[in-house]
Amino acid sequence: MAVTPSDGRPDPDALLAQLRGEEVRALRGRLRIYFGSSAGVGKTYAMLLAARKRKSEGVDVVAGVVETHGRSETAVLLETLEVLPLSQIEYRGRTLGEFDLDGALARRPTLILVDELAHSNVPGSRHPKRWQDVEELLAAGIDVYTTLNVQHLESLNDVVGGITGIRVNETLPDTFFDAADEVVLVDTPAEELLARLEAGKIYLPAQAERAARNFFRKGNLMALRELALRRTADRVEDDVQAYRSDRAIAPVWKTEAALLCCVGPREGAEHVVRSAARLAQQLAVAWHAVYVETPALQRLDSTARERILETVKLAEELGATTAVLPAQDAATALIEHARAHNLSKVVLGRNAAGWWRRGGSLRRRIAERAADVDVIELGDGHRPQAEVKGDRTAERRAAEPGHESWRRYAWAVAVCVVTTLLAVPLVGVLELANIVMLFLLSVVGVAVALGRGPAVLAAFVNVAAFDFFCVPPRLSFAVSDVEYLLTFFVMLVVGLVTGQLTAGLRYQARVATHREARSRALYELARDLSNVLLADRVVELAQQAIAREFRARVAISVLTQDDRLQPPVPPIDDFDVGTARWALDHNREAGLGSDTLPGSAWLYVPLKGPMRTRGVLGLKPDAARFLMVPEQRRQLETFAALTAMALERVHYVEVAQKATVQIESERLRNSLLAALSHDLRTPLAALVGLSDALALSHPRLGDVQAGLADAIREEATRMSNLVNNLLDMARIQSGEIRLRREWQSMEELIGAAIHATRRVLGERHVTVRLAPGLPLVECDAILIERVLANLLENAAKFSPADTPVEVAARVEGDSMRVSVADRGPGVPKGQEEAIFEKFTRGNAESATPGVGLGLAICRAIVEAHRGRIRVEAAAPTGAVFVFALPLGTPPLVDPADEVDPEPVR
Amino acid sequence: MAEPHPVALIVEDERQIRHFVRTALEAEGWQVHEAETVKQGLVEAGTRRPDLVIADLGLPDGDGVDMIRELRNWSSVTVIVLSARSDETEKVRALDAGADDFITKPFGVAELLARVRANRRRQQAARTDASEIFRFGAVEIDFASRVVRKSGQEVHLTPIEYRLLGVLAANAGRVLTHRYLLREVWGPSHAESTHYLRVYMGQLRQKLEDDPAQPVHILTETAVGYRLVA
Repeated sequence: MAVTPSDGRPDPDALLAQLRGEEVRALRGRLRIYFGSSAGVGKTYAMLLAARKRKSEGVDVVAGVVETHGRSETAVLLETLEVLPLSQIEYRGRTLGEFDLDGALARRPTLILVDELAHSNVPGSRHPKRWQDVEELLAAGIDVYTTLNVQHLESLNDVVGGITGIRVNETLPDTFFDAADEVVLVDTPAEELLARLEAGKIYLPAQAERAARNFFRKGNLMALRELALRRTADRVEDDVQAYRSDRAIAPVWKTEAALLCCVGPREGAEHVVRSAARLAQQLAVAWHAVYVETPALQRLDSTARERILETVKLAEELGATTAVLPAQDAATALIEHARAHNLSKVVLGRNAAGWWRRGGSLRRRIAERAADVDVIELGDGHRPQAEVKGDRTAERRAAEPGHESWRRYAWAVAVCVVTTLLAVPLVGVLELANIVMLFLLSVVGVAVALGRGPAVLAAFVNVAAFDFFCVPPRLSFAVSDVEYLLTFFVMLVVGLVTGQLTAGLRYQARVATHREARSRALYELARDLSNVLLADRVVELAQQAIAREFRARVAISVLTQDDRLQPPVPPIDDFDVGTARWALDHNREAGLGSDTLPGSAWLYVPLKGPMRTRGVLGLKPDAARFLMVPEQRRQLETFAALTAMALERVHYVEVAQKATVQIESERLRNSLLAALSHDLRTPLAALVGLSDALALSHPRLGDVQAGLADAIREEATRMSNLVNNLLDMARIQSGEIRLRREWQSMEELIGAAIHATRRVLGERHVTVRLAPGLPLVECDAILIERVLANLLENAAKFSPADTPVEVAARVEGDSMRVSVADRGPGVPKGQEEAIFEKFTRGNAESATPGVGLGLAICRAIVEAHRGRIRVEAAAPTGAVFVFALPLGTPPLVDPADEVDPEPVR
Repeated sequence: MAEPHPVALIVEDERQIRHFVRTALEAEGWQVHEAETVKQGLVEAGTRRPDLVIADLGLPDGDGVDMIRELRNWSSVTVIVLSARSDETEKVRALDAGADDFITKPFGVAELLARVRANRRRQQAARTDASEIFRFGAVEIDFASRVVRKSGQEVHLTPIEYRLLGVLAANAGRVLTHRYLLREVWGPSHAESTHYLRVYMGQLRQKLEDDPAQPVHILTETAVGYRLVA
């Protein structure tokens, strides 16, 4: 739990979260919602006005989809804007126009107008809801203006329905509304709205006109207006609160008041969830929603279970953390969950527990066991019709037991028959009290073997059989002795209690088995993956394990080195790589049961590794409902994470292996180079000297011989330079290079370099142009002199002997720019980068000597100084090699040192 | 030549290098002795009393720098060091130990002889007592009146510049390490402030060289020191 500092400083974690949030927000587009109480208040008009203003400011505005409803003033406003064409989607033989998300993303305006945020897209669009399109636009960094009516807000949906009697199907999650950057309330008083309706200024669809007339009653409009105003006020308060926590005026959110909403099995649960969402929002706290699945609830039919799961999903959409808890007792499970997640308030629907429940209502049981937990009981919403419907479902359920349970009941009856057959011959031989024991035993046996229902049946059948066959008068249900009524009663009670107990035990055992199976599946996959070294094998193992666990077809598509999604092997027809790619790029689930393309047969789960997403897991379950259980989803996520981790590990194993091989070969090459260089250098030094001595020997050599001696010297010198370069490169590459940085004068280094290369430069004229007042630069003098010398040698090598070379240095920004320009042919186009590679020359066939190590050395040295080197074309011809070294702050030369008391000797 | 047969000692383990250095020196009228190791070199230096020692730094039985230090204990003979490129620290060590100059391998005969002559001249000049006026190029330093002229025009130098120039001129032809110059001009407390040297050398060149970026007299021995060439 976060401890709120008492000294008024914001909690560092909260600050960090806030910073991260800001970072994310900076990349996202901004969302502005024009929010109104009902149709006709002028939201679209206000949005268009604002858009036009932005456009006049020079913002790139596009209308994505705007409904003018034939209103001329709105249409006029729209004319000034660029309107994106709608995409045409085939649906049930008709072509319907729909907002073109891909078109909008491709067009990439700064601001896009998307009317009617709560609109449901035509089936077959990428997202079922328009707000999901908007979400993607925002994620792509596009600002969005949109409109919304209050009755479309998820949490207010049923309230509005209750007020107006009209339910709207198109809803928007409150979380999305709350996450909007701005909400602009467009407000029109009810009277004015009615006046506008009279004047025909409000568009009403013809077929719904009567309903709409009903809707536009003054009372309704005032209530809606109040709702809209209040909801906006809530938001403003949030903004103020956010502002306060920004300014450290008030401590950040308190987490201790978090809510736990109990999702009941009945239809009113939806209302409870909505109310809990509103409550959580008003209290500004986080909230959880859980559904406790007790053995009784396990027996609900599939439609009821599906509805419950839908309610759980609704809670998730409303911002809750959700879970389904299998447990024997709802109160215990709720209390445990509340304690584990630090939730101090439990929200319940009023009739979440029935009168028949042991120990009274759920509320009372929670209150008894956890005094520290506040219990909030909510009304179930007045919907008698729904109640009736719910009861009917229950009846139908009782009337239509499943196929399997039929068999169990038949077995129970069979056991009873056998017991009776065994017992009848014994009547007279044994006391009736002992024969009762036989019947009792068979009830217990049925309860243990077949569960509660068959046990109850067996109890009744046995009582009847005992009465009919054994109790005098025999072969009649009449009872002579009233005492036997007690026997019947005891038998019945024993049957019921044993049945109840064993059913509970069986349920718990099943839950435990499930849990164990789940953890074992995870454990086995983790163990199998842990010693795999090949990505293909990881994919194979994961596919097998997940297919087994989820009873589904599984395909894993792995991201390759060049960032492509490799289609699954063997290829699967309906695996859609496009959707998989979408899931990968957005790092979100797509397809079946998700928000994106929910109609797809496959669910695509991104494989999120610690460093990056490694691929996509495709899943086509036999039963889609299976995936709706939050636990299953979490299990799937765990499997995906495990797979991603294994893929990542395998990836890094490969990377490490490659790196080791590279390091080894590099080291070998460098030591070889160093040894070679050293052994070559000494004889070369001798060769240079000896050829010189030969040229100067007595008696004087003839011209031819002197020329030969000179040639030997030249070649030996060249060879020696080459070896020196090789040695330098070897040193640089082995990482042996250590910079001895001192504050150097560039003028001095240039002078020294020219002096050192005078021989190569020959008679060439070298001009040095230095900007006045050049500062000292911190560098390794030897290495930078080498860079300059190499560049000068290069200039000499590649330009005609009578052309000048120019060296210049000046300060440019925060670096010193030094250039060496020649008048040679210049560097061939496209080679500007390549010539800095090892063993590359401008022209491969050139007869000009040099292996092309010089420039590679220059680059290595300059880069070691965190500088840059490049080549440019000179005008009219030639190449300019430019390198830049970062400037620092040179130390001061103390002028006091100039005052010199000592006389000069 | 003031003396008819000056004596040179080559301490070098590479036979071919010894061979051509010997040839070059003998052509100039030197009497040349050879040694291959530090020990042998010291023995030869003690017995032959050479006017010049040319020593390699990497010798089979020890460090050439140690030999120079030893030699300096009892001899002021001119020592020229042979060293490989990229061994600037070694050069500085050798110069600080008392060597007068260095030549980087590979070197030609002309380069070797030029260095030998320059050092010999300086030695002789020192012996015949320094004159009141020192000249290099168009520059003359009048030590008596403390005036520096370039092409006859008086050049104004700050006291530090003058002192720096004085130290360089007094050791003309010799490589002076940064440490040496700093100690001589600024005193021992500034031994590491090499940027002082860079700034003042730049100023001296600005005032005395024709093209300060391509100096002819005040030369930089990168990472080692400076040398004034007359």
